[in-house]
Amino acid sequence: MFRASQFEKIRTVAVILISLLLTFLIIAIISKDPVGTIMIFLFEPINSVAHIGNVIEMSIPLMFTGLSVVLLFRTNLFNLGAEGLFYFSGIVASTIAIHATLSSWLHPGVAIFAGAVTGALLSAIPGYFKAKWNVNELVSSLMFNSILFGVGLYLLNYKLRDTQAFINASYKFQKTALLDNIIPGTRIHTGLILALLCIFAVHYYMYKTKWGYELRMTGSNRAFAEYSGINTTKVIITVHLIAGFLAGMGGSVEVLGMYSRFQWTSLPGYGMDGALVALLAKNNPLSVIGASLFLAYIRIGADLMARMSDVPSEMISIVQAVIILLISAEQFLKFWKTRMLLKEAGIRD
Amino acid sequence: MESTPLLEMRNITKVYPNGVVANSNVNFSLDEGEIHAIVGENGAGKSTLMKMIFGMEEPSEGEMLLAGQKVRFMSPQDAIDNGIGMVHQHFMLVPSFTVVQNIILGMEPTKGININYKEAVRLTEELSKKYNLAIDPLAKVEELSVGMKQKVEILKVLIRGAKILILDEPTAVLTPQETEELFRELKALKREGHTIVFISHKLKEVKEICDRITIMRAGKTEGVHETALVSEQEISRLMVGRDVVLKYDKGTREPGAAVLRVDNLSYKNEDGKPLLRNIGFTIREGEIVGIAGVEGNGQAELVNALTGNLPDAQGTVAVGEHTILGHSIKQIRDVGVSYIPEDRMRQGVAKDASISDNLMSMFYRMKAWNKGLTLNKKKIIQFSEEQIERYKVRCKGPAQPIGMLSGGNMQKVVVARECEADPKLLIAEQPTRGVDIGAAQLIHQRLLEMREDGCAILLLSADLNEILEVSDSLLVMYNGQFVAYYPDVRQVTEEDLGFAMLGLNVQSEAEVRRAIHV
Repeated sequence: MFRASQFEKIRTVAVILISLLLTFLIIAIISKDPVGTIMIFLFEPINSVAHIGNVIEMSIPLMFTGLSVVLLFRTNLFNLGAEGLFYFSGIVASTIAIHATLSSWLHPGVAIFAGAVTGALLSAIPGYFKAKWNVNELVSSLMFNSILFGVGLYLLNYKLRDTQAFINASYKFQKTALLDNIIPGTRIHTGLILALLCIFAVHYYMYKTKWGYELRMTGSNRAFAEYSGINTTKVIITVHLIAGFLAGMGGSVEVLGMYSRFQWTSLPGYGMDGALVALLAKNNPLSVIGASLFLAYIRIGADLMARMSDVPSEMISIVQAVIILLISAEQFLKFWKTRMLLKEAGIRD
Repeated sequence: MESTPLLEMRNITKVYPNGVVANSNVNFSLDEGEIHAIVGENGAGKSTLMKMIFGMEEPSEGEMLLAGQKVRFMSPQDAIDNGIGMVHQHFMLVPSFTVVQNIILGMEPTKGININYKEAVRLTEELSKKYNLAIDPLAKVEELSVGMKQKVEILKVLIRGAKILILDEPTAVLTPQETEELFRELKALKREGHTIVFISHKLKEVKEICDRITIMRAGKTEGVHETALVSEQEISRLMVGRDVVLKYDKGTREPGAAVLRVDNLSYKNEDGKPLLRNIGFTIREGEIVGIAGVEGNGQAELVNALTGNLPDAQGTVAVGEHTILGHSIKQIRDVGVSYIPEDRMRQGVAKDASISDNLMSMFYRMKAWNKGLTLNKKKIIQFSEEQIERYKVRCKGPAQPIGMLSGGNMQKVVVARECEADPKLLIAEQPTRGVDIGAAQLIHQRLLEMREDGCAILLLSADLNEILEVSDSLLVMYNGQFVAYYPDVRQVTEEDLGFAMLGLNVQSEAEVRRAIHV
């Protein structure tokens, strides 16, 4: 029998099922061959090694930004700055990938580290404002996204741009800077290992160490944390540093793992997707793996569907919107929880 | 055949979203023209029941009948439209508005597009005369005493045409003298044909003015009684399911050296209003000093100054060798200060976190609690289980979120955490407010044990019974200063205390300065 304590998990599954049903409904309405299209959407992403590879490749940046957002949300900080940090750190890592001359072991490491540190430092700015003066982190982080994008684009256009290239892109990265492929037949790169290591490290940090305890208490009730003698200013700044580090690392890894030039002329959207991953993962580091894979799966499914049938991939935005809406709607399925509680309390059989 | 009750609640069940079952199968009926008491320990479900009657919460199950008609209130406005009014324990008034402005808020009589204040004042005066609730309609609410504010609340309810008045612990903030006045007013209202629901856990008061009593225990009704036919002992037995002794055999203990020394402590708020005036006292090892006073006379500021939350205060506060004024909370806690806060939901617990998480906030930094980088999980579980057993916390285990527990059990966790830290000084602010008698006794016993062990304890409470039973000596606070010091609490009566709390009976400064022991 289901128990009320598992309500959140069951609710997440229910939300996913409902949004999938809605996907089918939309497909059924607009497609000439609904069954075929649904089959493509559902099974094509796992139909070949290359497609499975696509799903995993796409999940890597989502893991980084998702993890970054989980840390912030868990501390009750509604910061959506991962987007700008992801982009800007990509620029920093690209610069090193283009201009530095290092051995093939050191080169990506240095580039990623530089991107991550940049992310951490930039993230600490809204963090410091929040901790010291209680500046709303949602507003300041969104502003920062615009600033970082503007500065990043300037750097791309005036410092890194390869005029020989046909598109607006940077010079080619040096071969030594690129991340190694780990599974032949796909583009899955060593960034996956790094992402998984980060996830386990954050899990350990959050649940097993005293600093993680301070983080969780600050997030759960800041007044309680302060009353207990926890320096919440320090906690909030630390969390911003770590979250920025992870978002920055994600941007650097994505650039070096998937591209040979820096070519984002608009924000890539992974930071905002990170918030969706965090919602699906219920702010749990380990669940970030599943949430990222799921999101990547339906995206790749939609892409393949767009290529192979008459339904456009934009359809998936509707599905995502429904997921966000239902997951953040606290009253959704609550009647059912109440019934469970009544049962557990022995009031009803 | 019995007449139809004015209001009837049948088989009401209420489950809160956090899983707390506040009411299960509750039945309640109210006859016209009576004063009906609802008594029960805190967490027994009284407030929840009242909130449902007043439309603030909807029952999960069950039905409600008003004069035989089935009704369903979606909001307090529905309840008001049906002649039900509620006087909340914490007043819902706009402090910067006048009495009249507060009373007519939301139902202003108009003249064209203007508010017709003349009419409003006339209405207010008429009502206050009719019900003998003397009040100045043009006074600002922030300048009124607590008792006066309550009158404003009652008028507010009456002017909206309420025939049924719900009073949620109306005497909790009143002095004994103000309470008497309130009772006279309630009797007058009853004569006028109003029906009153009186929520309280002060049995003496219930006996004094109520016609019938509904007793609640653990979310269920334990029966309805004619007040005249039951004794206080019987009521309290039904409330807790056992006999209650609110007498403690403390034994005498000679106090040791001074632990807390406070001298010339003063504080002005941003408006320059002095909230603490030259406070001075000491607490010695093994001594419990009580501070009594009507809420809002500087107790909160005093506690804040002692716990690191009032860095702007002037004067000396020292624990042992260490001055603590202006130091961080962590520094203050590190010199051996524990603090049971008044508002446990705001400060005392993190409600989504587990019981262990809530228990370990005083300890997790210690060496013994960490193995290298990792917190010692075994130690945490073992400690949590010990405390759950020792303090009889009713729960499913250390991993249960603390927000699922009842108020009393949550408070036990707070007390366990603060007391097991083995403090030199314990500040207990309303340690048993909103807690059932069983838990209150356990907490009091623990405070007395700590006293035996040489802890210095500062007890602040609005519950005179508690403060007179648990403390050794007593200070009374009024208007930001101490107005009375009683070195031996056994020689104080509730009556004396009431006069001192109202500022009517003030000792000389020299007498009060006796509270400083060198």
